[in-house]
Amino acid sequence: MTEKFLTNVRIIDPSQKMDEKGSVIIGENGKIKFIGKDIKKKDASSSAEVIDLKNNILIPGIVDMKAFVGEPGYEYKENFRTLSHAALAGGVTSIVTMPNTKPLIDNVSMVDFIIRRGRDKASVNLFPSATLTREIAGKQMTEFGLLSAKGIIGFTDVIKTVQSTETMSKIMDYASDIGVLIMQHVEDYELSKNGCINEGEVSTRLGLEGISYIAEKIIIERDLSLLNEFSCRYHINQISSKESLEVIKRNKENGLNFSVGVSINNLSLNENDIGDFKTFLKVSPPLRLEEDRLALVQGVESGLIDVIVSDHTPEDEEGKRLPFSQAATGAIGIETLFPLALEMYHNETLSLEKIVQALTINPAKILKINKGTLKKGSDADICIFDLNTPWVIKADLLKSKSKNTAVEDRKVQGKVLMTFLNGELAFESQ
Amino acid sequence: MAVEINKIAIKDQPKHLLGIQNLSIQEAKAILEEAKTFIKLNRSTSKKLEVLRGKTQINLFFEPSTRTQSSFDLAGKRLGADVMTMNVANSALKKGETLMDTAMTLNAMHPDIIVIRHQDSGAPNLLSQKVNCTVINAGDGRREHPTQALLDALTIINRKGKIEGLKIAICGDILHSRVARSNIYLMNMLGAEVNVIAPKTLMPKSIERLGVKSFTNMKNGLDGCDIVMMLRLQNERMQGSFLPSKREYYEFYGLTPEKLKFANKNALIMHPGPMNRGVEIDTKLADDINVSLVKEQVELGVAVRMACLKMYCKK
Repeated sequence: MTEKFLTNVRIIDPSQKMDEKGSVIIGENGKIKFIGKDIKKKDASSSAEVIDLKNNILIPGIVDMKAFVGEPGYEYKENFRTLSHAALAGGVTSIVTMPNTKPLIDNVSMVDFIIRRGRDKASVNLFPSATLTREIAGKQMTEFGLLSAKGIIGFTDVIKTVQSTETMSKIMDYASDIGVLIMQHVEDYELSKNGCINEGEVSTRLGLEGISYIAEKIIIERDLSLLNEFSCRYHINQISSKESLEVIKRNKENGLNFSVGVSINNLSLNENDIGDFKTFLKVSPPLRLEEDRLALVQGVESGLIDVIVSDHTPEDEEGKRLPFSQAATGAIGIETLFPLALEMYHNETLSLEKIVQALTINPAKILKINKGTLKKGSDADICIFDLNTPWVIKADLLKSKSKNTAVEDRKVQGKVLMTFLNGELAFESQ
Repeated sequence: MAVEINKIAIKDQPKHLLGIQNLSIQEAKAILEEAKTFIKLNRSTSKKLEVLRGKTQINLFFEPSTRTQSSFDLAGKRLGADVMTMNVANSALKKGETLMDTAMTLNAMHPDIIVIRHQDSGAPNLLSQKVNCTVINAGDGRREHPTQALLDALTIINRKGKIEGLKIAICGDILHSRVARSNIYLMNMLGAEVNVIAPKTLMPKSIERLGVKSFTNMKNGLDGCDIVMMLRLQNERMQGSFLPSKREYYEFYGLTPEKLKFANKNALIMHPGPMNRGVEIDTKLADDINVSLVKEQVELGVAVRMACLKMYCKK
């Protein structure tokens, strides 16, 4: 490939505390050759392709720590190709894929399959995770060592929580020795049983069983107590309430080392948006009160929450056209992740730097991957966006195979213009 | 006056009766006025009208029901409709076929009205989006049971002359009760003050946001009340540990002549049925025709459902 000279652009790269107007040179090897305000045309080779970015913004490609790809088993919901297209259109270049496929990614042979299949069909960087326990039954841990050796980035039961304290303590003890990443969904099933939305006024009005914030908080309390004993790499997939945040604050202040994620759904929607049984807004953890949403946004700003994820969960219409309590859980989101995150910049609740940090370098650090940065020598995975262009989200125009977006008709501001993957232009907005 | 109200309702004829929440005060009053006209008819020897002649009414009951189902059955027949009752609760339909499939199948038979009872909250709303006919909610999950609230209102009006200014207590398993929710909305709308009384474990979260005062003891909750609505302690929904025992529940929340004294002197008792005698209500009290409106509720239920069918059915 030829060298590229990207110029006339504001560069925001929190990994090197950079926020300045300058240029980027992508070398022939697809890596960042030079970056910053001092870079001039003469630093690039004479044959370099010049791309004028017209004062737009350039950030590292987004790293999404939680997305579901339908392969294998649910190809009718999503596949590697459609997920890649949706991701690139949203500025996402690296994805941690969830293992709750059919069959589950819980053994070595499945890892071989998914890595091969991903390599052939996907056009983004994939980091597959495996299940935390066999058959996500919460009883026996998977082969952490063997699976890691095959290229598994971390272990999660995705939408299930290990209920047994004994099992969880063994998992953490074992994991602490071999250094694997545990990504926990936090929900106590006895407390959340049959619940499908937040427990409160809306659940009372709609006559639906609610899930109390306590169901989330109690598992966080338990796991963090265990973490005090067995210090493994521990990550909470998603939190949803301000009460959880208080527990996290206390433990982080005490010096406990762990990381926390939040779904863009919980940052941009609240329980009132469910309206008259909109099943597309049935997500896990559930949407809660506006005050919870605001607390979560504040949590990102203060750094208590490390990463923002799309929690991309494609579901076909069949699964959603059911009475609310029976409807499938989850919403697509990988393509709308960044525009929705920018909403919080526009309404002045988050700084641009924090948003980019939570979407790039923070997840990369947790995952221990060399992504989410544009330091000299890194892979040239880049997202270029216009901060101000207004547009309306329309499910039909989204690239995902499933159309279950929770933000249909939402007016957003800020649009991804180009996405580069390993130095190659992989997406360009029409 | 009544005629005028009717005209309004017919002009802006709403297509479905999904819940009291979706009802305007004019619509609610119009239904009650219309229902009054059927009370006499139902007591007469010739009960048949031809208002809905040629119309098809399907009763689609996913949950077992005796009184609501027979009440709708009778109401439709008295108005001259062809009534078909599908008891899905025990049939193969329940398994494997989704509500949507059932809806499409029935829709193809061109009914004019579907009366639906379903165990999932919101099921009638979903159904109404997919069929061409009127949908009437006969109870969905724990969300709403609009015709029950309307018949309760009619019963109160019949005895007390009005609802405005009354103080009404709703006692028992509020958490699982669609009757409680619909009554809260309707009684509030018609100008009553509503108290809800339940042990904390059977009280829904943020219930005060629905415009009621909540109490955990009968003495305070019944104070000054004109109407005492008792709810069934829903055994079939009691999965989990809500209460220590039925005995303890009866001790603190069962309606007895002694506890009734906390309410106003002329207070009347209501119950949507079926009653658990000796659990939520003293058996003699339930049968005391001086204070219990239970039988009247059943009687007026038919009149209210006739009014709903007539007013909501596509002309």
